[in-house]
Amino acid sequence: MSALLDVIHLKKSFGGLAVTNDVSLSLAPGDRVALIGPNGAGKTTFVNLVTGNLKPDQGRVLIGGEDVSAMKPAERVKRGLIRSFQVTRLFQDMTPEEHVAMAVLQRDGRSGRMFGHYAGKRQVMEEVGSILDLLGLSALAHLKVREIAYGQQRLLEIAVAMALRPKVLLLDEPAAGVPHSETTRIEKALDMLPAELAVLMIDHDMDLVFRFAKRVVVLAAGTVIFDGSPQAVTADQRVREAYLGSYGHAGSAA
Amino acid sequence: MRTQDGSSRGLVQALADRGIFGILIIILVGIAGYYLLPNNLALLTRITATALLVLSIDLVTGYCGVATLGHAALFGAGAYGAGIASAHFGINEPISMTLIGAAAGALAGLISGFVILRAHGLAQLVLSIAVVHLAHEAANKASGWTGGSDGLSGIAPGAIFGVFEFDLWGRTAYVYGIVLLVLVFALLKILVRSPFGMLARGVREDSLRIAAMGASAHSVQMRMYVISGIVAGIGGALSAISTQVVGLDSLSFTLSAQSLVMLVLGGVGSLYGAIIGTVVFMFFEDTVSAANPFHWLTIVGALLILVVLFAPKGLYGSAIALSSRLTRRKSA
Repeated sequence: MSALLDVIHLKKSFGGLAVTNDVSLSLAPGDRVALIGPNGAGKTTFVNLVTGNLKPDQGRVLIGGEDVSAMKPAERVKRGLIRSFQVTRLFQDMTPEEHVAMAVLQRDGRSGRMFGHYAGKRQVMEEVGSILDLLGLSALAHLKVREIAYGQQRLLEIAVAMALRPKVLLLDEPAAGVPHSETTRIEKALDMLPAELAVLMIDHDMDLVFRFAKRVVVLAAGTVIFDGSPQAVTADQRVREAYLGSYGHAGSAA
Repeated sequence: MRTQDGSSRGLVQALADRGIFGILIIILVGIAGYYLLPNNLALLTRITATALLVLSIDLVTGYCGVATLGHAALFGAGAYGAGIASAHFGINEPISMTLIGAAAGALAGLISGFVILRAHGLAQLVLSIAVVHLAHEAANKASGWTGGSDGLSGIAPGAIFGVFEFDLWGRTAYVYGIVLLVLVFALLKILVRSPFGMLARGVREDSLRIAAMGASAHSVQMRMYVISGIVAGIGGALSAISTQVVGLDSLSFTLSAQSLVMLVLGGVGSLYGAIIGTVVFMFFEDTVSAANPFHWLTIVGALLILVVLFAPKGLYGSAIALSSRLTRRKSA
């Protein structure tokens, strides 16, 4: 099968410092890949390059074989490249139901309609209901986001991403800021993502990474230093030096 | 929660969501004004026209998060559009004049949206001021069309439907204004409830998030600017029709700033807030300036400081916040 996402020789420098230095990565349908690396390895820059929020100095990004390098973030989203945010970016005064409905309507190209209300559209409401149900958010459907717990807001981030029906999903630290006791709920939510979807998860939480990922990519100082199975990554000498050595500190801080 | 309280509460909520109460209140207050202040209908019509301008600012500022101090450009475009149609082209049918005003406002909205939405934050505010000053200066220079600083006269609206003449007491103009306000309010209520309205609120809160959903914040704001232009243009046309003169003040920075103040006074991001702010501000201004012609601006300033300090969400916004806090305490 052809790749859903192809990142080819991406390069980006800030003032002479190569933050992303010739990174290539390919995701196939069904992939569950974790992108890890010590702080400052360039993970966030990489995500922003792929989503189009940053312009690369060199290199290309392909979604389903189509070159999207010149496209704006919103156009990449329309082609199925969806991201979630490390720090929750939700609309504080809106309800979970409104968030998911907005995503569903936007995906169907109906978010620009100037009359009617989404609650009057049965098809939309059924889909919204089933997504909220799947993530256990139904009871909170009508509360404002500012009134719900942070862990639930993280779940809503995933719900919004799912409602957009991604082909490629970039999860930027899906469990960031969630108390350890609640990460299992996030994990469960990640298990419910459609199987054919390609997922790239960026995270610090090694427990989550090892449980979720079938493949691990390690980024250090802007380059890929490892791309292989989770079992092999702990044994890799370069990874140990670059990452696991400093992970002791990162882990205690997280 | 809504469903637990039974169907009567649900019905009330549904009616409130659709703005039925708002429409009824506007009509009732409109009728009351007609009978209680029969000698002041000109003021009431001026309030109605300004309310349309403040509503239109609310669309871009309250619902889309665009900062503007130049919205009178859209209002003035509507006023001059309707006025020039009558004075120079002999189009005296009031509904046609209103539609021409709406079209002129939409065009002005398109142009100023195109300019203002290039920037963000403070730069956006400065651009909006530049737009209204340019419009003001253009109208001043094109005195052959606009009458320049003397104002545009010779506006002679005919009877509405050929029946209702514009009388000396301003009764027809007043009723026409209230009808326009009710229609606009009802349509805007539909708009802000629609998927597009929801998207606009999202743009106000976090435009990056909106882009991550695949929507363009810029395009949402642009469309809203044009709609806002239509509303402001209708307000301008109403002002031209009712006063039968259009002055440069309708394109002024002062009017832009004052109407933004009215919006803040009433409550940003709510159609009710926009209307309440306009009515309270203009009544207050009228009463205080009659009672104390020397210090009225000071008193208006003091009122604003009080509202900003003690009711930061505006009169309507703070009232809603207070009532929801009270009901929560009751149910707890």
